[in-house]
Amino acid sequence: MSIWLAQLAVDRWRLSNGTLRGQGADAAPTVLISETAHGPRIAAANEAGRLAGARSGMMLADARTLCPEIQTAPADPAGDLALLEKLALWARRWGPWSALDPPDGLIVDVTAVAHLFGSERRLIADAQRAFAARDLSARMAIAPTAGAAWALAHYGSAHAILAPEEDATMRLAELPVAALRLDPDVLTVLRRLGLKRLSDLGGVGRDALQRRFRNRKSPASNPLVRIDQLLGRVPEPLLPVIPQDIPLVERRLMEPIRHRELLDQVLRDLAADMARELEGKGQGARRLELAMWRVDGEVLVRALELSASTRDPAHICRLFSAKLDDVDAGFGIELLRLRASWAEPLALDQRDIESAAEEHGTSLSACIDRLTVRLGKQAVQRPVPHVSHLPERAQRWQFLSGAPSTSVDGLRCQPTPPPSHPYPRDTLMGGWEGEWAGAASSHEAGQKRPLKLLDRPEVISVLYATPDGYPKAFRWRGEVHEVKRVEGPERIAPEWWRERSTARLRDYYRIEDEKGRRYWIYRHGIAGDGRGDLPLWYLHGIFG
Amino acid sequence: MSHTANAAPQMPPASTMTASAAALVRTRLPHWKPGLAAPRHSEIFASSDEASGAGLALALARDAMKVAARDMAPAQEDRRQILWVQDRSALRLTGRPYVHGLPPELHHRLIHVEAGSPEDALFALEEGLRCRDLAFVLGEIAGNPRGLNFTASRRLSLAAEKHGVPLWLVRLDAQHDLSSARMRWKVVSAPSSAPRWNVEAPGRPTWRAELFRARSHPPGEWSLSDDGNSLIAARPHSSPEKPTPPDHVDLARAAGGRSLAAL
Repeated sequence: MSIWLAQLAVDRWRLSNGTLRGQGADAAPTVLISETAHGPRIAAANEAGRLAGARSGMMLADARTLCPEIQTAPADPAGDLALLEKLALWARRWGPWSALDPPDGLIVDVTAVAHLFGSERRLIADAQRAFAARDLSARMAIAPTAGAAWALAHYGSAHAILAPEEDATMRLAELPVAALRLDPDVLTVLRRLGLKRLSDLGGVGRDALQRRFRNRKSPASNPLVRIDQLLGRVPEPLLPVIPQDIPLVERRLMEPIRHRELLDQVLRDLAADMARELEGKGQGARRLELAMWRVDGEVLVRALELSASTRDPAHICRLFSAKLDDVDAGFGIELLRLRASWAEPLALDQRDIESAAEEHGTSLSACIDRLTVRLGKQAVQRPVPHVSHLPERAQRWQFLSGAPSTSVDGLRCQPTPPPSHPYPRDTLMGGWEGEWAGAASSHEAGQKRPLKLLDRPEVISVLYATPDGYPKAFRWRGEVHEVKRVEGPERIAPEWWRERSTARLRDYYRIEDEKGRRYWIYRHGIAGDGRGDLPLWYLHGIFG
Repeated sequence: MSHTANAAPQMPPASTMTASAAALVRTRLPHWKPGLAAPRHSEIFASSDEASGAGLALALARDAMKVAARDMAPAQEDRRQILWVQDRSALRLTGRPYVHGLPPELHHRLIHVEAGSPEDALFALEEGLRCRDLAFVLGEIAGNPRGLNFTASRRLSLAAEKHGVPLWLVRLDAQHDLSSARMRWKVVSAPSSAPRWNVEAPGRPTWRAELFRARSHPPGEWSLSDDGNSLIAARPHSSPEKPTPPDHVDLARAAGGRSLAAL
């Protein structure tokens, strides 16, 4: 379905003034002007302005000579485009996806949707009513191809419907060549050639046209490509390209709902419908989107990601209920749609599995879903080893929800070798080969590495013999610890291939104080290394 | 809830005095030692300037897992995940778990939850206890937040016992408030034994742990240490001065089964 908002700019100006069509400020001839290098030019004119002779594209001075009392207002193409985007989102109420057709058109895919409304005619009537309720002038047409729908919406009879079984060539023959969505200069060429209607183009012969436009490659400047698109001989990709078979259920409500209980009820119905839909396909949802169309034209979308595919309505409802707390229903919600935009195969199972889960506890994926929904995705993470000898880089955190797989084996670290060194390694790092092997295999690290690592190493003041003596005592969080046992230093060099050349090395010490508390501290740099002042000491980890 | 009240069914007739009954119970109940089946809900009180709470919780949990695995059929290895919940102040005080410092069998099994508030942490703990796919749940909560009252602790106990998922709750810098935990420990770090090859180095983790409330055991104090495979308990005052036998566990593990000469 193609929708042409012929007076989008003027309608938007009128609605922003809050006046009805033909009344108040709209009664006077008014034009929207844009500033150009040669003076103000008319971008759009209202009904009275058009009657007075103003046309879009005309200079304002010329229009003033025709109609001296003409009013002006600045045009706002960016605002118009923003409105068009919102309308495109809103227009998805008639189909699973829609595309922008700038500057003033929309294309909605209504393939296999018409039966939800009764017929194509009723669908168009519904769309007409909806646009009239928003006081926007719109023309629309339904055709098997986007090009044909565009042509009919712009140049055909009002609310034309071209059924797939009709002969498109016959039906479209009388339309002007401008219906092909061609550039103005190509239209000028065709006019000079005397080709005014689509039937004229058909009479010329394909070879002649191909020769005439042989070096015009873009569709908008080559009539042949446009004719082929119009008749569906070549595909015309449109954005957004979303797979067509997205499971989708919806509820159109007789009365807009404003209360949470009713919303929950509708959500339960939708979830049950979705479960049936997914069961039929043998799939489970990984991502669900609940869209709510409000009466005043806003669309609220709540999305949900699941760590394992599911189609359990109770589970879906429970997860959504936390997300619906902040929904502002405004004057009411008139249409709800639940879409499984990411579904994975999920085998059919027995019906009593859920009741068994109630008795035997939840599964891990359900538990993680509940945690992430309440605490946020970033709160539930899994540490994974990473190949680096810097302690804080040797572990990374991985989100659990949305990951393709949470199986244990899938999360094993894939050891990647360090970047190849252009120089012999021992000259730079003093024989770290063994340490690399140690970083990859962590079995010996259990004794050497602390149980817990502080997020940011904390500065401690340490008594030690410079430049590189053992620490004797240190003060941390206001308490003095005497060092009884110490092991070290374990020298950890900065990663020279990703840090600046002034990064300092670290000398780590495992220490135990007089009460037996075990810490992992390091001296950042060494006095006289030419990379800063006296080194600071940090406490980085705590042993269990 | 004192252990005398809990142990009421096993007590002799009520005519005896409470104090002597407690003494009797103390003699009749078995003393705690490693390798006994652990209750589902335990609390460990620790200071926030050391990681002994989490360390002992992990050691006790692994000990309990070993007991559970021994009782079950010798099937394949346990690959269930563990859930480690920290509230934000506990995270700030003692840091995050570090995967290279964990026991090797837990490396790939840790799920960490960072809860913004103690209430969120309690929610996460309870959700974890309801999950049948978890080996155990370890919680760390700092202080005595209002949300963690006796009711909340009772909820945790009931959830843990219903679904059979053990909970080890570490309380950092907390008062010993009312709780329904079946075992309550108080732990501080203790000087470790000297390793064999470097007597100046810190040895294996050692704690002085006091069991001050338990249903099925009399209170007591132990010096516990974790040699990487099992939990070793000793009476703390038995031999403070006697040189402990040096261990060379570190080195044998570091060699990874190779000959020590290859090092």
